[in-house]
Amino acid sequence: MKGLSVSKAVTALMLAGLVLLPLYSQLSGNIFILTLFTRIIILALAAASLNLIMGFGGMMSFGHAAYLGIGGYAVGMLAQEGIGSGFIQFPVALAASAIYALVIGALSLRTRGVYFIMITLAFAQMAYYVASGLARYGGDDGLTIYNRSDFSGLVNLGNRVQFYYLCLACLFGVIFLIWRIVNSRFGLVVQGLRSNEQRMQAIGFPAKRYQLVCFVISGTMCGLAGALLANNTDFVSPAVMYWTRSGDLMVMVILGGMGTLFGPIMGAVVFLLLEEFLSQITEYWALIMGPLLLLIVLFGRGGIMGVLGRAGRG
Amino acid sequence: MLLVVEQFLNGLQFGLLLFLLAAGLTLVFGIMDLVNLAHGSLYMMGAYFAATFAAWTGSFLAGALMALGATLVLGIVLEVTALRHLYGRDHLDHVLATFGLILFFNEAVRLIWGPAGLALPLPAWLTVPVPILPGIHYPAYRLAIIAVALLVALLLYLGVMRTRIGMLIRAGASNREMIGALGINIKLLYTLVFGLGAALAGLAGLMQAPILTVQIGMGENILILAFVIIVIGGIGSIRGAFLAAIFVGMIDTLGRAFLPNLLRQVLSGAAASTAAPALSSMLIYLLMAIVLVVRPEGLFPANRR
Repeated sequence: MKGLSVSKAVTALMLAGLVLLPLYSQLSGNIFILTLFTRIIILALAAASLNLIMGFGGMMSFGHAAYLGIGGYAVGMLAQEGIGSGFIQFPVALAASAIYALVIGALSLRTRGVYFIMITLAFAQMAYYVASGLARYGGDDGLTIYNRSDFSGLVNLGNRVQFYYLCLACLFGVIFLIWRIVNSRFGLVVQGLRSNEQRMQAIGFPAKRYQLVCFVISGTMCGLAGALLANNTDFVSPAVMYWTRSGDLMVMVILGGMGTLFGPIMGAVVFLLLEEFLSQITEYWALIMGPLLLLIVLFGRGGIMGVLGRAGRG
Repeated sequence: MLLVVEQFLNGLQFGLLLFLLAAGLTLVFGIMDLVNLAHGSLYMMGAYFAATFAAWTGSFLAGALMALGATLVLGIVLEVTALRHLYGRDHLDHVLATFGLILFFNEAVRLIWGPAGLALPLPAWLTVPVPILPGIHYPAYRLAIIAVALLVALLLYLGVMRTRIGMLIRAGASNREMIGALGINIKLLYTLVFGLGAALAGLAGLMQAPILTVQIGMGENILILAFVIIVIGGIGSIRGAFLAAIFVGMIDTLGRAFLPNLLRQVLSGAAASTAAPALSSMLIYLLMAIVLVVRPEGLFPANRR
């Protein structure tokens, strides 16, 4: 029980920090930290969505960045065509991600294990090339979004603090949703499938259908992150979907602790702060980051949440 | 006609090159059960080594041979220091650890060789066009790639199917505990197999280097193609990798060459020129999707229990 309390305390501290961050930014006049953390929160949302299928569902998707791009391009393309309302842009972003997830999931879920990893990767790469070929929407160079999504006075995305809290609210909403899903009958079936698919099938659950629904939910959540990310950077380009971005998301989930509710947030915060910190020390930050990942895999079982749990117990 | 023959040979050449890369990947996966994303980095290192050694010795062939040796050594070092500890772990661990290695290699290359790409110039005797059919010439270097890759494929086949080492490799793939119990040094065998895979990737990289520029990240796009190939061919199957590689190389090359014209006959000019690049880069992924729908285990799944 003591172990639980350590990780709970750290989680609570982190969440409180995220809620109070704009206050600190206002008082200290450090605007950069607010921008940085807006990005961190959006990617934490994407990592949390990946965790739903990877951690709880046992589906190792290596193509999750595709949804970041699809959500982002939905916003960017609609803005380009003169449809600036967020009430249209966001639902379209979510729907497009859901449809993509449905098609990709239906095909990929025919396979398992390492095939699944490679296939999701290949499909995301396909999405990347398709986006690079969209000459009307900037192709390789990407698409600048001149006006952020307009929520007609409800919330102003141009205001840094309001946008930050919108992203944070989305993150908390998604975490709440994942918590409800994981503890529902549906979530238990999906977790059962992770442990033993054959047995679940023998009991009479249509395995693929459950997994596909979970896959689509996760993709839709990540599409939301994509729409927010495009608004945050005022720009969307194929690079958002590049496979290293999918790798980053996987690293965040595993770093934080796969299959834990708050692990992905923790992972995203630590990973992106580390990236920021290392890139300030040296231009060649990946030279340190790469071996660090290797060491984390070799020695850091269960990620940060796992280590915190062990620290509390030991 | 000229264009058709030329593109056909280009497709064959690209496919054979992909096979060299995919063969190492599928060997390492089939025998050590290791997913190695850093395979593309070895391809990149092969190209960088070749460009450096060729500039240093002044000879393309000497540079290529030294680069081959260097990637072999690099592969062995990598296996002994890092990857050996990953055997028997979860595939996800492999993906992450080797993803870290990619970051490391890309950054190390930038540190050592700088962010700008290198060029690997060909010697004069490899740049002449060779008449292959009456009236049709084809670059000697691309023919050399085809010849070398076919030779390596043949040697690989003979080596795996006909020699003692090959027998041990196959035995190790089907039951590693048993072969260890029979007194075979399985650790050494794994190191050798990994080194062989690395050398094959290096060979692909150094042969591709004169055609494209040698640059950071050059191994990543082609690595994903190699993944597609081993998924289509069936993971662990060298024969499957060979056929799938030729198939993918052909479809990719011919699609890029002829799809725009085909589309132009169906669609209006503007629509065709927008759709063609996107569609031709999608072709192989569509192919993969179709294969998966029909045969989820790939076309030639290796016999695994």
